[in-house]
Amino acid sequence: MGLQGLTYLVVGLTFALYIGIAIWARAGSTKEFYAAGGAVHPVLNGMATGADWMSAASFISMAGLIAAFGYGGALFLMGWTGGYVLLAMLLAPYLRKFGKFTVPQFFGTRYYSKGASTVAVLCLLMASLTYIIGQMTGVGVAFSRFLGVSNSTGIFVGMAIVFCYAVFGGMKGITYTQVAQYCVLILAYTVPAVFISLHLTGNPVPQLGLGSDMAGSSISLLAKLDQISVDLGFAQYTTHMRGNMLNTFVYTVSLMIGTAGLPHVIMRFFTVPTVKDARASAGWALVFIAILYTTAPAVAAMAKINLLTTINPKIMTDNNITAPDAQIKYAERPDWMKRWEKTGLLKFTDKNGDGRIQFYNDKSKDPKFAAAGWKGNELKVNKDIMVLANPEIALLPNWVIALVAAGGLAAALSTAAGLLLAISSAISHDLLKEKFMPELSEKGELMAGKIAMACSILVAGYLGLNPPDFAAGTVAIAFGLAASSIFPALMMGIFSKTMNKQGAIAGMLAGIGITMLYVFAHKGIFFIKGTSFLGLFGGKPSFFLGIEPNAFGAIGAVVNFVVAFAVKNMTPPVPDDIAQMVENVRIPKGSGEVTGAH
Amino acid sequence: MQHDHEGYWKATLGLIRNVLIVWFIVSYGLGILLAPALNSIHLGGYPLGFWFAQQGSMYAFVALIFIYAKLMGNIDRKFDVHED
Repeated sequence: MGLQGLTYLVVGLTFALYIGIAIWARAGSTKEFYAAGGAVHPVLNGMATGADWMSAASFISMAGLIAAFGYGGALFLMGWTGGYVLLAMLLAPYLRKFGKFTVPQFFGTRYYSKGASTVAVLCLLMASLTYIIGQMTGVGVAFSRFLGVSNSTGIFVGMAIVFCYAVFGGMKGITYTQVAQYCVLILAYTVPAVFISLHLTGNPVPQLGLGSDMAGSSISLLAKLDQISVDLGFAQYTTHMRGNMLNTFVYTVSLMIGTAGLPHVIMRFFTVPTVKDARASAGWALVFIAILYTTAPAVAAMAKINLLTTINPKIMTDNNITAPDAQIKYAERPDWMKRWEKTGLLKFTDKNGDGRIQFYNDKSKDPKFAAAGWKGNELKVNKDIMVLANPEIALLPNWVIALVAAGGLAAALSTAAGLLLAISSAISHDLLKEKFMPELSEKGELMAGKIAMACSILVAGYLGLNPPDFAAGTVAIAFGLAASSIFPALMMGIFSKTMNKQGAIAGMLAGIGITMLYVFAHKGIFFIKGTSFLGLFGGKPSFFLGIEPNAFGAIGAVVNFVVAFAVKNMTPPVPDDIAQMVENVRIPKGSGEVTGAH
Repeated sequence: MQHDHEGYWKATLGLIRNVLIVWFIVSYGLGILLAPALNSIHLGGYPLGFWFAQQGSMYAFVALIFIYAKLMGNIDRKFDVHED
């Protein structure tokens, strides 16, 4: 069987598995639809949270960005894992004790007003929609390669499948489905990494292989990668910082607190059986996430080595990389390049007309490139394709390539489904039922939720055609939006007995407002191409202390805290019963059943 | 019986503070601020600062959550506020 046939078979089998589980555990009532019945074991809940959490950004995009950023890519690794420590200690146990289903319900009760919950819904929608744009970018990459079509066609097919998938089952279906998805995606991520690590270093554990010597030599893999990166005009791999140190720091903060402010992750901790389980669940989730996240840097470095040695076959042994016959001929390029060229995500232009591929950093000032007659970088490799192309570049067996395709689709679909669920419950329950249409029936609520899902997919798909960034970069913006709005208000709701509704509302609006302003100035109003207004701020990107828009959520969060406390001191204090409620939330004892009612 | 809620909350905040200090040191401290300095030390083939940023901090995070959950359980029982 050929590669294409095998890929269809493996992807088809995994989908049959997910759908089978969804049918078997089909959700009945609204309560089950949103909250999985509240009886999932912490280890299983951890796996499902892992699948929910690890999206196209983690699976498809992240290692490619690490390969490009080098050391600086660590901000994704630390940012997207360190947030779980905050979640486990600062939020999960208290939100569980609070006994509500959704984040807006918490806001409505703790800040005793529908205004607070409406603002929270709007912040949450903004963050979730941005997140789904990133997913659509990743889905587009996966489907275009999987079907051998252009990237745009891939996005359209992806939209249709995500829609069917999300509308089909509720969270109960999704919890067990996601356990299956976790297993598929973690196998798909680690199997090729083990093969490649074994091949390059002789050590089958990628986490150790990355710190080992190259097979058959006494030079370490990272030292070799540093050397060949510099030879080709790129920055030194193990030390290259993303922007300045402040940017790296702030970016990491933004991703960490964004993790603890994203509704589809927090929702899971509302529904574990006990407060004790809420703490442990966060730990188990991180165990399963860390398996992928500690493998990712190995995937990144090794994929980069394999890509560079494919194009420059002599680079490992010979330092003269600009020799006329040192690069491969385009006509003799490997099959995987031909396959990716079809998607438009890999492009070759023979700038100097020598028929060979020169892949290097053409902004490098090193005179050797010009002296060798190189006229610019000739191979454009979209960073989002690195993980999916990785097993092909390493010439691994076809079943491994098929497995990786299935894993990428599982990652993208599971997260998109979780997010769409959060969006649908926010619109149908928190916005419509609670605020505008109290007489809405349970059936009408489910229908409104499904319509909301369909609209979100259309909007996200449209914006995904011209994405604001690579998948992981777009997702980072979504985290910034959550970091600047939801996280501070949740924190203050638990740790400050005196925070009142005026303070919380003003803080959220100020935090997300300034973050959106900074992001839209760089990336366009609501990410629509051509509407950026950087000119208003002098036209220089990252104008605030060199901080990228993707990292600005941390600054937004600081603004949120400051404004909230300032407004609180000028407005009437919280009612006594709310202060008493906060007191009560801090004590695990008496955690009853979760109720949706106010 | 009136429980010592104030003492319980104080103990909780103390534990959170201690965990956050370690959390900060392994990631922001050793992985970012001190990483350039640590890179002259090697852990196998890994420069140490690079290792903390791309490996070590994540192992530490996992350990921290379970340590927190364990110690928090002890505090719950000590102040008799645990469930069941």
